[in-house]
Amino acid sequence: MAFPSSADRQALTVTSAKLVIAGGFGVGKSTMVASVSEIPPVNTEAWMTQAGESVDPLSDSSAKTTTTVAMDFGRVTLAPDLLLYLFGTPGQPRFWPMWDDLCRGASGAVVLVDTRQLDASFPAINYFENDSDVPFVVAVNLFDGKLTHSLEKVRDALCLDERTPLVTVDARDRRSTAKTLVACLAHTMKTTPTRA
Amino acid sequence: MTSNPWVRPYVLTGGRTQTNHQLYVHTLVSSSHFDARAASKLTPESRRLYDRVRLGPQSVAELSAHCGISLGVTRVLLEDLASTEHLQINEGAYESPFDHRLLKRVIDGLSELG
Ligand SMILES: Nc1nc2c(ncn2[C@@H]2O[C@H](COP(=O)(O)OP(=O)(O)O)[C@@H](O)[C@H]2O)c(=O)[nH]1
Ligand SMILES: [Mg+2]
Repeated sequence: MAFPSSADRQALTVTSAKLVIAGGFGVGKSTMVASVSEIPPVNTEAWMTQAGESVDPLSDSSAKTTTTVAMDFGRVTLAPDLLLYLFGTPGQPRFWPMWDDLCRGASGAVVLVDTRQLDASFPAINYFENDSDVPFVVAVNLFDGKLTHSLEKVRDALCLDERTPLVTVDARDRRSTAKTLVACLAHTMKTTPTRA
Repeated sequence: MTSNPWVRPYVLTGGRTQTNHQLYVHTLVSSSHFDARAASKLTPESRRLYDRVRLGPQSVAELSAHCGISLGVTRVLLEDLASTEHLQINEGAYESPFDHRLLKRVIDGLSELG
């Protein structure tokens, strides 16, 4: 694992930033996080199960639901003193209280959409439009390597505000993912005051 | 309330639910040295966290996942370990996630990844 060496640790104050990857089930969130992450996908099922068990050990339904949660996080070391964390949101509505926690302190969010199932990402778009102060962009994951509908049509179908950037991404490709994250951060820069 | 699995169990945390620091899931925790004697006096959960931090600065979420301790409990235990100076909670160099100096650095770093 690529942790900073202990010498670096002494000398540097390491800063972290966070971006959130949201969207419906199967739109490519895990794929996108994994494409740039330097750490293997962490088994967050265990994490959630453990957390679930501690809440309500008497109700086996709570334990059962938590085992189906998949939430990814990834890490990218951008400089010896700068780490970027990516968090994929858990999709199920019952875990939405976690979205607030995940989004707190985020520098931006990417909502991934799949044009074959646009509605899967409606809740995520609603969340960032209405319930969050985190600036977001929408990215169409190009499953077949090409855009099957024009971006304009996708924007219409999503009823997306014209000020919200709409881009395309190949979630499997590190470079494409990095470019999308840059677009997301550039949007945050554009929509926040210089010294926010 | 019980539908939120990030609630922390009472016992492990002595009933505390509040943390003093702003412990985001991505907040970094580090240690400047490892004290084996101090480690041996910790509870098993705190000890797992303390041991893990030896590897280098890590986020609250990583520590929670790797130590198999729920996020809420992890937050409270890390807070304790910081107050007893076993660990340092890294407040980060920027006050806001929207600080343009931070955003610019992340953009530059990501651009070099390609
Ligand atoms: N062909 C292709 N498959 C993809 C792409 N992105 C994701 N997938 C596949 O689609 C499925 C769902 O992706 P996943 O990342 O698990 O979606 P999640 O539920 O949003 O985390 C997986 O089998 C991926 O391998 C892509 O850009 N192209
Ligand atoms: Mg997934």
